[in-house]
Amino acid sequence: MKFGVVVFPGSNCDQDCYDVIKNVLKQDVEFIWHKTTSVDGFDCLIIPGGFSYGDYLRCGAIARFSPIMESVIKFANNGGLVIGICNGFQVLLESGLLPGAMMRNTNLHFICKYVDLKVDTIDTPFSTEYKKGQTIRIPIAHNEGNYYIDDKGLAELKKNDQIVFRYTQNPNGAVDDIAGIVNIERNVLGLMPHPERCSEDTLGGSDGRKIWESIIKWLQKTSIKP
Amino acid sequence: MYEAQVKVTLKKTVADPQGLTIKHALESFGFSGIDGVRMGKFITLTLKSKDEAAAKDEAAKMCGKLLANPIIEDYTIEVVKV
Repeated sequence: MKFGVVVFPGSNCDQDCYDVIKNVLKQDVEFIWHKTTSVDGFDCLIIPGGFSYGDYLRCGAIARFSPIMESVIKFANNGGLVIGICNGFQVLLESGLLPGAMMRNTNLHFICKYVDLKVDTIDTPFSTEYKKGQTIRIPIAHNEGNYYIDDKGLAELKKNDQIVFRYTQNPNGAVDDIAGIVNIERNVLGLMPHPERCSEDTLGGSDGRKIWESIIKWLQKTSIKP
Repeated sequence: MYEAQVKVTLKKTVADPQGLTIKHALESFGFSGIDGVRMGKFITLTLKSKDEAAAKDEAAKMCGKLLANPIIEDYTIEVVKV
């Protein structure tokens, strides 16, 4: 089982993701520079947080056209697991792998703090180890986490049980308190909170760890080779 | 050469937190009678297109591909000879 952490110019949570997968979860992991065009041999791709391309134009808009993204999209379309965290979520929205768009936080502040989330569905490869309805604490750190989707799109998300995490107290104005969603096929997750920052108790919390454990368990029992 | 002047604005149906904050700031200076403030982006593209229509067409393609996000944004293009 091998994880890949995609690195864009301006990514800054790539080392954290790498460290958690390698040293906490004890799994094989490699960095993938954005100019690479192959993701062969990987079982799960992590698009980490940061400020890819300085957030110029729109968050994730330039990274979405990096050479690696064509392979990431193909990998996802073949059923491979992709998780985008924070800026990674923004990149997945810009790339069309997930529906909706990100706007500035309604209070226009960069918000960096622990928030409570409700686990809305455990029927995804990323959330099986939680309990449905459970409240977990994971930190956020973003300026553009105000998730937007039109009414029709929101109805679709609800109908298909695609909303994975919701804020219990909405920090940024996101539609329907949405903190994380999966695509309709359920193999691509985007979330604003940072599970890699709370996967070991010494860092003040480990509620994020179950996302990685869910992925590992899912990969252990599946035969999909994207 | 032609200059395409691209205005990218949030769709009317999308709330604009920056515009709202600017409105509040202006009101705090005593400017009354402001019905609304919306903020957007202004991008100029200097193009080597053969004529005005080609420049506009090229700029529209750029907007569709990268410059605007159709989920939340609209755009307008004006082309001037430079």
